[in-house]
Amino acid sequence: MKLPVKMTINGQKTSDEVEPRLLLVHYIREVVGLTGTHVGCDTSQCGACTILMNGQAVKACTMFAVQADGATITTIEGLARNGELHPIQQGFWEKHGLQCGFCTPGMIMTAYQLLERYPKPTEEQIRHQLEGNLCRCTGYHNIVKAIEWAAEHMAGKK
Amino acid sequence: MYPAAFDYYAPKHIKEVLGLLGKLKDDAKVLAGGHSLIPMMKLRLAQPKHLVDLRKVSGLSGIKLNGKAFAIGAMTTHWEIESSATVKSKLPVLAEVASVIGDPAVRNKGTLGGSLAHADPAADWPAAMIALDAEIVCEGPKGKRKVAADQWFLGLMATALQDKEILVQVRVPLPAAGSGAAYMKFPHPASRFAVVGVCAAVTLDKQGTCVKASVAVTGAGTKAVRAKGVEAALVGKKLEAAAIEAAAQKAAEGVDVQADLQGSVEYKAHLCRVFAKRAITEAVKRAGA
Repeated sequence: MKLPVKMTINGQKTSDEVEPRLLLVHYIREVVGLTGTHVGCDTSQCGACTILMNGQAVKACTMFAVQADGATITTIEGLARNGELHPIQQGFWEKHGLQCGFCTPGMIMTAYQLLERYPKPTEEQIRHQLEGNLCRCTGYHNIVKAIEWAAEHMAGKK
Repeated sequence: MYPAAFDYYAPKHIKEVLGLLGKLKDDAKVLAGGHSLIPMMKLRLAQPKHLVDLRKVSGLSGIKLNGKAFAIGAMTTHWEIESSATVKSKLPVLAEVASVIGDPAVRNKGTLGGSLAHADPAADWPAAMIALDAEIVCEGPKGKRKVAADQWFLGLMATALQDKEILVQVRVPLPAAGSGAAYMKFPHPASRFAVVGVCAAVTLDKQGTCVKASVAVTGAGTKAVRAKGVEAALVGKKLEAAAIEAAAQKAAEGVDVQADLQGSVEYKAHLCRVFAKRAITEAVKRAGA
C-alpha cells in the first residue's frame, strides 16, 4: 500500500507516494533530501529530529509521513533568509552553543518555538523547555546562553 | 527503526471509525497523537495490520466548561491543556500535570485520550484522573457509555475500553469550594515518565477539617490506583504536618509495586510515601489559599 502525501516544506511544495510506515524524518531526509534534520536516539527522547509542523515543534521520528499530509513544515534549512542566519542560529555562533553540532538542528527548532511562547524567557524556562533535547557533549550552558542572546536580539528587532 | 507494514486510514467521522473497527477487528489499532503507539510499533512490540488515525475526525478535540465539569475531547493535546486559560483559572492542577508530561514536543502531539487508552503504568494522567474523580466517555456501535476513572485501569496497559469502542471524551468535575489539588512526581531523567507520581485532591471545611480526600498513585505498580488507605486517614482530620505524614505512610498499600531498572520494591514504595506527603501538603496549602 502506497499513499499520496503533499506537504509544504520550507515554502516548497512536495508531492510523493509513500508507504504508510515511512517516518516523517526519513521522508524529509531521504525522499525530500533535506538532511539537516538528524536522527539521534530514534526513541522520541533526544530531540535531534525536531521540526516545526504547522508551527509546533514535533519529533519527526515519532510521526509517520502520512500523518503530515497537508501540513506546513519548517526544518533547520528553512530558518536562514537570503543567506543571513536567523537570530537563533547567530546566537549559537556567537555563544559557542555547540561542540559536535549533532543536536544543534533540534535545539534550534525547539528554541524557535520556545521564543514564540516565551519571548523573554528566564534561564529556568529555557532549561525546562529544552528537556526534550539531549546534547551528548554536555553543552547546555552555552546553549542556554545562545538562546538568551537570540531572545535579546529578536526583541530588539521588533 | 521502522515498524512492520500496515494499512493506514484517516476517516473523518466517528461512525466511519467504528465501522472500520467493526470490520478490521483485532488487527486494527487506533492512532491518536502516536507518542506511545508509534514508539511501540518501531520496537515491534505492537504490529497492527491496520492503523486508524483519528486526526481528521471532527468533534474529538477541544476543552469545554459545561456547568460544573470540564469536557475534554480525547484528541486534545497535553499542550492545549497546559496552555488553556480556562483550565489554569478553574482547575490549575490539570495544567500542572500536563506541563510535566514528557517534553514540549511530546506535549504538542500527545493526547489526553491516547494516554488514557494506552494506560502506560508510568503515565501521569491516570493518577490525576483518578484523584479528580474524572469520567471517561467511550463510544461504540451501541452508543456512548461512561466509566469512572478509578474503574478504568484494569492492569498493565489494559483498560475498560471494549472491542470496537473508542475513547471520545474525558469529563473532569470542578471541585467544591475549599478544595485544593496537586501532582508531584519523580521523573525518569531521560523519558520524563513518572518513576512514581502522586495526585492529591482535598476539600476542607471552614474550620480546616478535611471533608473529602482523593489520592492516586501512578508509576510504582502495573496500573494507577486510588490510595484508599491514605484517603481514609485524611478525612475528618485537621491536616497538619503530623496527620499528613501519618496518612502518607499508607501510600504504597494496595499498589502492586514492581521492581525495575529504576528501583527496588522497597525504594519505589518509599517514593510513594514521600511523594504522597508532598502532594497532600501542597494540596492542603492550595485548599487554604
